[in-house]
Amino acid sequence: MTPRLSHLQALEAESIHILREVAAEFQRPVMLYSIGKDSSVMLRLAQKAFHPAPIPFPLLHVDTGYKFSEMITFRDEYTAQLGLRLIVHRNEEALANGTNPAALGTQRCCGLLKTQSLLNALRAGGFDAAFGGARRDEEKSRAKERIYSFRDSQGQWDPKNQRPELWNLFNSRVGPQESIRVFPLSNWTEMDVWHYIHVERIPIVPLYFAAERLMLVRGDSLIPIEQPFVKPMPGEKPQLVRCRMRSLGCSPCTGAIRSDAATVPEIIQELISFRRSERENRIIDHDQEGSMEIKKREGYF
Amino acid sequence: MPPLIAILADDPGLDPDHTVADRNGSPGQYDAVSAAWLHDETSKELLRFTTAGSVDDGKSTLIGRLLYDSRAVFEDQLQSVAKASSTRGNGTLDLSLLTDGLRAEREQGITIDVAYRYFATAKRKFIIADTPGHEQYTRNMATGASTADLAIILIDARHGVLPQSRRHAYISRLLGIEHLVVAVNKMDLVGFDEGVFRAIEDEFKAFLDSIGQPAAYFLPISALTGDNVVATSGATPWFRGQSLLEHLETVDVSRTSTSAAFRLPVQMVIRPHQDFRGFAGQIASGSIRPGDEVLALPSGRRSRVASISTFDGELAEAFAPMSIALTLADEIDISRGDMLVSIENPPHVAHSFEADLVWMSEAPLDLARPLLLKQTTQTVKARVEAVLAVVDLNAITIQAEAVPAEARPATLGLNAIGRVRIAGAKPLVFDPYRRNRGTGSFILIDPATNATVAAGMIGNALSQPAAHGQVTAAERVARHAHRGAVVAIGENPAVEQLLERKLFNHGCNVVVLDETVPEAVLTQLVNAAFLVLVRREPTDPLPDGAVEAAQSLYQQLEDTNVFTLAGIGTQGEGI
Ligand SMILES: Nc1nc2c(ncn2[C@@H]2O[C@H](COP(=O)(O)OP(=O)(O)O)[C@@H](O)[C@H]2O)c(=O)[nH]1
Repeated sequence: MTPRLSHLQALEAESIHILREVAAEFQRPVMLYSIGKDSSVMLRLAQKAFHPAPIPFPLLHVDTGYKFSEMITFRDEYTAQLGLRLIVHRNEEALANGTNPAALGTQRCCGLLKTQSLLNALRAGGFDAAFGGARRDEEKSRAKERIYSFRDSQGQWDPKNQRPELWNLFNSRVGPQESIRVFPLSNWTEMDVWHYIHVERIPIVPLYFAAERLMLVRGDSLIPIEQPFVKPMPGEKPQLVRCRMRSLGCSPCTGAIRSDAATVPEIIQELISFRRSERENRIIDHDQEGSMEIKKREGYF
Repeated sequence: MPPLIAILADDPGLDPDHTVADRNGSPGQYDAVSAAWLHDETSKELLRFTTAGSVDDGKSTLIGRLLYDSRAVFEDQLQSVAKASSTRGNGTLDLSLLTDGLRAEREQGITIDVAYRYFATAKRKFIIADTPGHEQYTRNMATGASTADLAIILIDARHGVLPQSRRHAYISRLLGIEHLVVAVNKMDLVGFDEGVFRAIEDEFKAFLDSIGQPAAYFLPISALTGDNVVATSGATPWFRGQSLLEHLETVDVSRTSTSAAFRLPVQMVIRPHQDFRGFAGQIASGSIRPGDEVLALPSGRRSRVASISTFDGELAEAFAPMSIALTLADEIDISRGDMLVSIENPPHVAHSFEADLVWMSEAPLDLARPLLLKQTTQTVKARVEAVLAVVDLNAITIQAEAVPAEARPATLGLNAIGRVRIAGAKPLVFDPYRRNRGTGSFILIDPATNATVAAGMIGNALSQPAAHGQVTAAERVARHAHRGAVVAIGENPAVEQLLERKLFNHGCNVVVLDETVPEAVLTQLVNAAFLVLVRREPTDPLPDGAVEAAQSLYQQLEDTNVFTLAGIGTQGEGI
């Protein structure tokens, strides 16, 4: 009998291949580390890809300044524990000018604190390849995204000028100033990510697990209150709600979901019965029809 | 890498002190039902398939139905589809809208190529490479098919087999897909008539036979109403086969890659300290155990596998497509681009080979331009030396011998498929694509634009170190792409030089001899597939002028069908 890999093992092998290819063919790769579950999986895959050597590139966290404080604690503890090189980049200038989603709207805020900040950080580091944890099943516009996604010298994505990808043969040629974003988890689904976290015992931020948390309840939305500019509307009062985060972003723009799932298997079970896409709770994607597509063209992931 | 389920019981305890480590659930933390469920879930296999059909054959509807019925569609996505369906005012849910992303892009003029979709059933996980059926279909289908185990070809029951259907089957065959499903769709519109289905089945089977495609699975479906998609339908009592989904869940796609000879293209050398040198890569085929003897190519050095190293510990065996690192018993010089292979059945090592190309660039192939060739983990400078044949995708015929010179290809345009001869600046280690997808595939990159301009599937090596026994006449003809011949060229150094140069540049096995050469020697040379230019008066007088004379002699060779493959002579290119 010919042995076969399970789907998770097959995905793992594919991702490791991608990580090694980039490390071998690019001068200065970097891994974008968002502290979320996908980043955690990607990080584990990188540990596997280069074992027993250390991961041969640094991590980069684009810190908007509005991430949940639990995320930052987790980031600092975990990367220190693994002995990783971590670069944290913040658009201090924009923050000093009072950039926040309440003042500028989510689009402009993301533009300054995420997109612009990321491009600045990549330029400052001279990175020619940046790993990201995005998956194709996340959002309609990602379904056709390449594993190697090309960016011009301005860091922008030209949808008309992407290269065909066949087999596992990736074209890694870039011109001066050009770069690629690489998505080693392209073929993973949300379920795969949770399974992998489960079987591999990968640590994740506790915000993913259900707990009593103070929230503003606005219609169907649960809005975390960590930032002073997130204020109750007339008649609203912060309430303790048993809830968790399905995806992690900036606290003012990431809604929580009501949930009792306090362990990974419980989250998996919840996922099976829970039929809403994970990005639904992200306020940013709903700004505008096709908003992800627009952000991507500008240089966002 | 131990089976994943084993890790469940055996906690590697990466960070016992971390606050969240205990949240990942030890076996005692969830009930037996979910433990069993998780077990099934983690041992599921992955099936990758691609879908092809002409516009409006119902591909989007079919994919939408598979996603919907396997509950891969989220409620919020469904709500937006319901909203859109009702604005279209047809009451029923339009499942094709679930994969609507591409439609919007088409309108914006954005390159539409392959979209990947994911769903799972209780038995398997699926990745669909969804390729649009219209413009650019060759490039897109080839891309989608390159990683697929299976292809579904949709045929509209009302229209029957179309040229497009044949093209789709041809491309999936070319890309080496072993499992084909032919879904005759819209059966509801022909009253689920068995006759319609059988007629299409018979016609298409005959075609598949003619292109050497192994057996295909034919079934009648209605993507719109769901007949035979997930469950078998009462509307087709005459059909005894499995539904589409049952077939996808059970078809045996264990590729020969695991049983084939061992191949590990080395991606990188992992060297954390003096005492460890791991040759890291993804196994392209076969399996390996510590103690096995391996050959490093192209150097030809031998050694034994000391260990199979992974993050999860050393393994007793590794097989395709695992990503691992090998350590060897001997210190031999191996770097990225080299290949570790089994001693038995070694691959070819050659500079040049024949290959089928799918041309993917707007700018046509230019033989004069140097290209980069990426195969396994190495990238070398390469040139396409000649276009030997072009596939006529309208008729699905391959131009063979005896094609008039003016009809022979000099180039390949966007979406063309052709057989070419390629030479690399360094020897490549490969197997024919038919036998090994991982080591027989390559891409061509234009170094001027960095664009990926072609996908290639290697046919035969043109210098085969592996062949044994006496060299046959057929082998010689195959290598040189011409038969032997004697040409009387007269005593004219200018003509001689022009003709010899032209033939030589085309890769011909050409030699110039004096008139005094004995006839017996000529015969032997001709039998050995030489083109012998003899300094002897031709029977018919040659035109005046060296160029005209050389051209006329060249024409003679063409007219007598000396060249066994089209395209050796490049029309329009004077001597
Ligand atoms: N009656 C009927 N109509 C179908 C069937 N499958 C698809 N259609 C319709 O055919 C049209 C084209 O289908 P679509 O899925 O968009 O085709 P695509 O261009 O191949 O993706 C739509 O109006 C569908 O509703 C079928 O099995 N029966």
